[in-house]
Amino acid sequence: MAQYAMLLYYPRDRYWDTPEDAEFSAVYYALKAEAARAGVLRGGEALQPAVTATTITVADGPGGDIQLTDGPYAEAKEVLGGFFLFEFADLDEAVGWAARMPAAWRGKVEIRPLAPQRPLAPQRPPAADEP
Amino acid sequence: MTPDELLAQTVRVEGRRVLATLVRTFGDLELAQDAVQEAAISALRTWPRDGTPADPRAWLTVAARRKAYDALRRESARPAKEAAAGPPEPVPDHATEVIEMVEPDSVVRDDMLRLVFTCCHPALSREAQVALALRTLAGLEVAAIARAFLVPEATMAKRLVRARQKIARAHIPYRVPSDAELPGRLPSVLGVVYLIATEAHAPTGGEAVANADLELEAVGLARLLTELMPAEAEVLSLLALLLFTAARRPARTDGAGEPVLLADQDRRRWDGAAVAEGAARLGEAVRLSGGAAGPYQLQAHLAACHSTARTWADTDWDRIIGLYDLLLARSASPVVALNRAVAVTERDGPAAGLAALDGIDGLGRSHLWHAARGDALGALGRADEAAGELAVAAELAPTEPERRLLARRLRAMNPESG
Repeated sequence: MAQYAMLLYYPRDRYWDTPEDAEFSAVYYALKAEAARAGVLRGGEALQPAVTATTITVADGPGGDIQLTDGPYAEAKEVLGGFFLFEFADLDEAVGWAARMPAAWRGKVEIRPLAPQRPLAPQRPPAADEP
Repeated sequence: MTPDELLAQTVRVEGRRVLATLVRTFGDLELAQDAVQEAAISALRTWPRDGTPADPRAWLTVAARRKAYDALRRESARPAKEAAAGPPEPVPDHATEVIEMVEPDSVVRDDMLRLVFTCCHPALSREAQVALALRTLAGLEVAAIARAFLVPEATMAKRLVRARQKIARAHIPYRVPSDAELPGRLPSVLGVVYLIATEAHAPTGGEAVANADLELEAVGLARLLTELMPAEAEVLSLLALLLFTAARRPARTDGAGEPVLLADQDRRRWDGAAVAEGAARLGEAVRLSGGAAGPYQLQAHLAACHSTARTWADTDWDRIIGLYDLLLARSASPVVALNRAVAVTERDGPAAGLAALDGIDGLGRSHLWHAARGDALGALGRADEAAGELAVAAELAPTEPERRLLARRLRAMNPESG
């Protein structure tokens, strides 16, 4: 088994207030519920639009000057709009789930295996939810 | 083959099967590859002295397994890694080894097939797939792969390490795709072998007209795929295509090592055995596909048209144009359209050919397009324009032998300018 982050990118900032956003939200909600039932979900949220982001850097190492910038770090073409954490048997299973996320056809989904030194407590769903 | 070459060949062919089995049992390509490499080195050292064992694969399997267990023990003996590696793996006793030795061929075939799909997994870059296929499936040394692709050995070694790390860390599975997934996954596998063959046929750098060693590897990989997937028409078609192409290699250069165009090749120098095998494989592919020809089958038919024509003039251009039309119907490719236009020149004359060439967009940077225009213009008696096109083509030619060939044609056409 391996843990994966899925980073959902869109071509524009998402405010989650258009009809398309509402449609996407419903798909994500259903996917999340299905993943929880399947016992593969470890977390996942949508993000406020990138205009609300604050980027911070500390100059000259720990304790140095804190510099704040309004907005996301880089002028990227794609905007990060949300993320999931999953636990799957392998990459093929991850690809199968990623392909069902609206970001995959509206933007893109980046699948990243988690580094092993950062264990996330596995949160198994309640026994009653298991098939 | 000398006894030494035969020995090296045996170790390489059996070594890749042993590797596939070790990947299954240990689930770690890096570990398995290192273990098989060490076992192969011992084999090459001890077999000439003690004689080749009765069952070379069993010998290599036992040796490689021991090396792998040794490596795991060394790994777990390191304090920092102790927790991660868990308790040391038990060393296999003699009974286990004997069972391992008599592993049936069908199991080994499944192991190889799993490895094929892992090495050609679409989540890996094409560069990584090619490197892995040559290292893992063909058993080629890193130095030889680096030479074939004109990169430093350290670069190729790093590329292979990164690819194996991605397989391990992203958990790319060792698994044969289901029947439902296969149509989506097979093109990636065939594409890797095709790309190796293309590079062998026209090396992108250096002086050589063809890379004969790499061409043999490509044919060998295609042959391996037909052994692993004997009922896949496109796999057989790819092998047929590569055999037809490889058959021409002896005639592709003249006495001075300069390239010779297909139209001018001495067809008696083609490898008749390879052409015959290609025709047989293509026949099987046709039978299996039941009339629904895939892209490799269409290309194999095209190659077969040339391979069975007695001369360039005898070529069945009607059939060739029909096959290009079928390929174009599958996907509109300017390069396929270019080849079709060349056939139109042969069948309908240079005016029709030139019109077809001028109807293709997006080939302004292609030396082949300019050369074909030059040929058509020359045949129409428009010598100045023809010379201009050949000069542009020579400038754009991606390889040195092609550039020299075009320059030679330009001189032949326009002797006083030479």
